[in-house]
Amino acid sequence: MALKTEEMVLNMGPQHPSTHGVLRLELKLEGEIINDVIPHIGYLHRCFEKHAEAMTYPQVIPYTDRLDYLASMYNEFGYALAIERLMGIEVPERVEYIRVIMGEFQRIASHLVALGTYGADIGAFTPFLFCFRDRERILHLFEITCGARLLYNYIWIGGLSHDLHPDFIRKSKEFIKDFRPNLKELNELLTYNQIFIDRTANVGILPAETAINYGISGPSLRGSGVKWDIRRNDPYSIYDKFDFEIPVGTGEKGTAGDCWDRYYVRIREMEESLKIIEQAIEQIPQGDVSSAIPRRVKPPAGQIYSRVETPRGELGYFIISDGSVNPQRVKVRAPSFVNLEVIGELCKGHMVADVIAILGSIDIVLGEIDR
Amino acid sequence: MGLLDKQFTDENIIITKVDDLLNWARLSSLWQMGFGLACCAIEMMATSASHYDFDRFGVIPRPSPRQSDVIIISGTVTLKMALRIKRLYEQMPDPKYVISMGSCSNSGGPYWEHGYHVLKGVDRVIPVDVYVPGCPPRPEALLEGLLKLQEKIRNESLVINKKSA
Amino acid sequence: MKTAEEIFESLKTKFSEAVITLITDKPVEAFIEAAPMEIDKVCLYLRDEEGFEFNSLMNLSGVDDANGEKVKDENDNEIIKGGTLSVYYHLESTNLKHKITLKVSTDRENPEVASVEEIWRTADWHEREAYDMFGIKFLNHHNLIRILMPYDWDAGHPLRKDYQNPEFYKGMKVPY
Repeated sequence: MALKTEEMVLNMGPQHPSTHGVLRLELKLEGEIINDVIPHIGYLHRCFEKHAEAMTYPQVIPYTDRLDYLASMYNEFGYALAIERLMGIEVPERVEYIRVIMGEFQRIASHLVALGTYGADIGAFTPFLFCFRDRERILHLFEITCGARLLYNYIWIGGLSHDLHPDFIRKSKEFIKDFRPNLKELNELLTYNQIFIDRTANVGILPAETAINYGISGPSLRGSGVKWDIRRNDPYSIYDKFDFEIPVGTGEKGTAGDCWDRYYVRIREMEESLKIIEQAIEQIPQGDVSSAIPRRVKPPAGQIYSRVETPRGELGYFIISDGSVNPQRVKVRAPSFVNLEVIGELCKGHMVADVIAILGSIDIVLGEIDR
Repeated sequence: MGLLDKQFTDENIIITKVDDLLNWARLSSLWQMGFGLACCAIEMMATSASHYDFDRFGVIPRPSPRQSDVIIISGTVTLKMALRIKRLYEQMPDPKYVISMGSCSNSGGPYWEHGYHVLKGVDRVIPVDVYVPGCPPRPEALLEGLLKLQEKIRNESLVINKKSA
Repeated sequence: MKTAEEIFESLKTKFSEAVITLITDKPVEAFIEAAPMEIDKVCLYLRDEEGFEFNSLMNLSGVDDANGEKVKDENDNEIIKGGTLSVYYHLESTNLKHKITLKVSTDRENPEVASVEEIWRTADWHEREAYDMFGIKFLNHHNLIRILMPYDWDAGHPLRKDYQNPEFYKGMKVPY
């Protein structure tokens, strides 16, 4: 006689140590097997778009910092770029170089948090401490430049708030020299750890077709083997001047597009970022960083969709200007918002414990999901 | 003022007041609830990680409200989240303390004016012991906030109920 | 690789001028305006037709055009009567590397747009967000509920320009 079974609903979050913020997942379970996952978001909805409509264009920049608070530099970068394209501002070359250096440092810092907390989620606490140790040094570089650790308001429309600190280049070089061995250490500690591989390989496989249809971008898309990076495919700023690889998932430890691939793409991206920073530091010209900052930011009436590749994927700003000093509409196409949508698809048929592994591998930030 | 002032020199006997003993025990192992809301949560994580080392003060993150002594409200509290925070607070056993970290949970922060979905200060739903200003506060500021809370606990007493006094 | 003009020329053979219009007078980006009930057919055509292959929807955003008449209601609050709400679609082909922007405009009092959720799965949440923020109803969407605001929020759609915030929500004071 078959036992009578019924579907169980398990609530995960908003307070859960591994949901990376205030995300609530409603799990529909059959025993330990997941039938469906329904994400409930909005627990951090801070009304960014309403604020943007009430502020002048430069005043929006501090709010963009608070979208994806692990990659503030890149949010500012994307916003400033969108307004510059709308107004047709030419930015001095030194500014472009500094932006790229800051952006890539930010990518490393963001990936370090992603990987460190991913290890901690899965049960390896030590890599978390190692990652934060290195991240603190990057934050120190930001701090000597603009005075803030997390939310910078550094990249302005047409320029930067400050030039580089005299020690910046030397300290960056020191960091790069020290970070390469640390990355190797992280690989030995976590990446090729058999327990870690068992938890992540062949879990949460995302086929490339599904990924594109869901609009996934960033390391999550590249983990599925799609060579798509806006820095290369739709170049902005001066990224076309640098020589760097686009790492993609190959299914080295399991199947292409599994959690391990998404994880490993981030590790390799950090190496590529180091390469970009090294090249930029070599080539950086002298100049003034504030000469192109407009006195009054008043773009012509029109609209633009401008996008950049943040550590999490394609960050797009859709800005409609009505010719006044306030934007008429600022819509943020947040990479995490789109990437999270696929979680139901990924979790189906896996165990409850795998939800944590899958969620961590997508690397979401609730600040930009809920905005 | 510490416990050791009244120590006998050659015996394993310590004389102290019950108040002092209890307060000392409470303030030296404040277990915080492992719970992050927004940007400030990243600074809170940085505070517990290698560089700033929250463990020095006996602060260890606990995953459940039923095992924690202190909740750090680290970030913007939205209307959707506010009642959940209240429930989490109610689930904590007494004595319990609240640190409000950052401008958002102090007063709504940058979202005070147009934030149609932001609660303008977590003290509208739960009582707060220590406010830490900043957007986000540096880890040092959070540590200072914790020391302030320890100072507050050090002066508590079993005899006079502070809430009714 | 096709420009907006080329895409429009090819679309004209399939759809009549009543359905689509090309708008180029604004700076920076040219876009195609379509009829709100036909947008799903236009999108499906753009996704599947050879030479277009728009396999990715980058962004979908609702916009309050605020082009109606501003009047005072009985509580002396300014509200907007008439005018339109719009939805913008940003499409991209990852194979052919071209992009196009589509726009639909719909009546503010009863905003209804055909859903493109069946065509790109990513549109699901974007459309829910546009519904949540502007009250635009996407017909044939399988689960059109609020996404960011609480499910029981009954004070309207916050990103409309004439939105009034309530005084209290579940006993909590909302204004500063």
